[in-house]
Amino acid sequence: MHEFLRMLPFAVSAWLFVAGLYGIVTSRHLVHLIMCLVVVQTSTYLLLLGVGFKAGATAPIFADVPVGTPAVDPITHALMLTDIVVEATVMALLLALTIQAKERAGSVDPEELRILRG
Amino acid sequence: MVVMQVTILIFVAIAGGAVVFTRNPLNQVMGLSFFGLLLAIMFFIFQAPDVAFSQIVVGAVVIPLMVLLTLIKLKTKEQSKKNDA
Amino acid sequence: MTRRFRNLFFLASAAGFAVFYLWGLHLLPGFGHYPGPYGDVLNALSVYERHATDVITAVNFDYRGFDTLGEEFILFTSVMGANLLLRKQKDDKEEDPPLDLARDRLAPPTSDAVRVAGLALLLPIVVFGIYTVTHGQLTPGGGFQGGVILASAPLIIYLCGDYENFKRITSHVVAEVAEAVGAGGYAVTGLISFIFGYKYLQNFIPLGQTGDVFSGGTIALISALTGLEVAAGIVLLMISFFRQTLVYRKPGEERGDHHA
Repeated sequence: MHEFLRMLPFAVSAWLFVAGLYGIVTSRHLVHLIMCLVVVQTSTYLLLLGVGFKAGATAPIFADVPVGTPAVDPITHALMLTDIVVEATVMALLLALTIQAKERAGSVDPEELRILRG
Repeated sequence: MVVMQVTILIFVAIAGGAVVFTRNPLNQVMGLSFFGLLLAIMFFIFQAPDVAFSQIVVGAVVIPLMVLLTLIKLKTKEQSKKNDA
Repeated sequence: MTRRFRNLFFLASAAGFAVFYLWGLHLLPGFGHYPGPYGDVLNALSVYERHATDVITAVNFDYRGFDTLGEEFILFTSVMGANLLLRKQKDDKEEDPPLDLARDRLAPPTSDAVRVAGLALLLPIVVFGIYTVTHGQLTPGGGFQGGVILASAPLIIYLCGDYENFKRITSHVVAEVAEAVGAGGYAVTGLISFIFGYKYLQNFIPLGQTGDVFSGGTIALISALTGLEVAAGIVLLMISFFRQTLVYRKPGEERGDHHA
């Protein structure tokens, strides 16, 4: 039981990574592929969250609690926070590429977009 | 507290699987929006309010909005191509 | 390589990857037993050194401010790339929406419930967004979170009005200038430290009192600039995507005689 609790966030992170990759590999529509990429990015957040957590501790904000109380690691939170907003704009760039792919190549199926035309 | 953490992790795993195994993009967008909301609740339970703040707006509003607009544009192009042919 | 063979090969590789991943993480101290000194040192010292009670914002904009500058420029570049890909091109045919054959019928207006709810929520959203940006160094918040909250205000106007109202309040030029000011301002704030003889991005504003809104030094300034940049970037993305999907025709115009 203790072993299970100890590895649970990392196990969920590994499951999300592998499931998202499976969705990317077997995808038949580019927009479906982009949403599976979001799932893969979520697995990194879970990994960072699991590494920095301290059992029984509170959030690292000392506006109302005194400075000595045990708090979780703030650096992993700082990394995750900027990453989430940047993820949204990178997805927007990929969606713009999808629209252009439909216009130039005529299809949104990755199987049919194999040959590069210059 | 531990019960809440275990429960929300299992929900996130199930929702992530549901997002990947839905093939139709239009159905998948709704699943993705719900997945984003579950993630925000998970960040809150794991004592990370700043990250939950970002995730709520981005995961439930911005990403599904842009995906839906892309799907509209792709469908319009498909239908106009069929009309021309 | 047939598709079936590719899928089986992927499943075997994924199983191997999962085994090695979990085996590597097994040797860490485990979930809930955080050992490292860096987080504890920052938690103990950050309030005294920077007079900022939100340690995460202090880490983002002061202790690791250079990394955040890089991330902000990733955001800037992606918005620029999406805008570039979706611009109006010379050989772009303006296509009629194929189902719009009844010219004398306008689109149905949005329901009254949506309009009332949207207009009632608009002011609290703007106020809350500005509060989140300016109180980043005290409570959970900061530039990134407040910026995305502020960017949802034009979206509410679009949802409870129509595209005409959205176009009237958002101007492409204003959003571009605001985004450039936000991103460039962050880099220039670091350069101002050189004038005082400090290193790049070192604090030069007097720190103030802990718990006050005007505390934290350059953290507050950089947070405001980042909020401006994130909000303007997301509004620019919305403008580009909306222009793609909506063909706007005023009542009385002939078909083929419209502008997007």
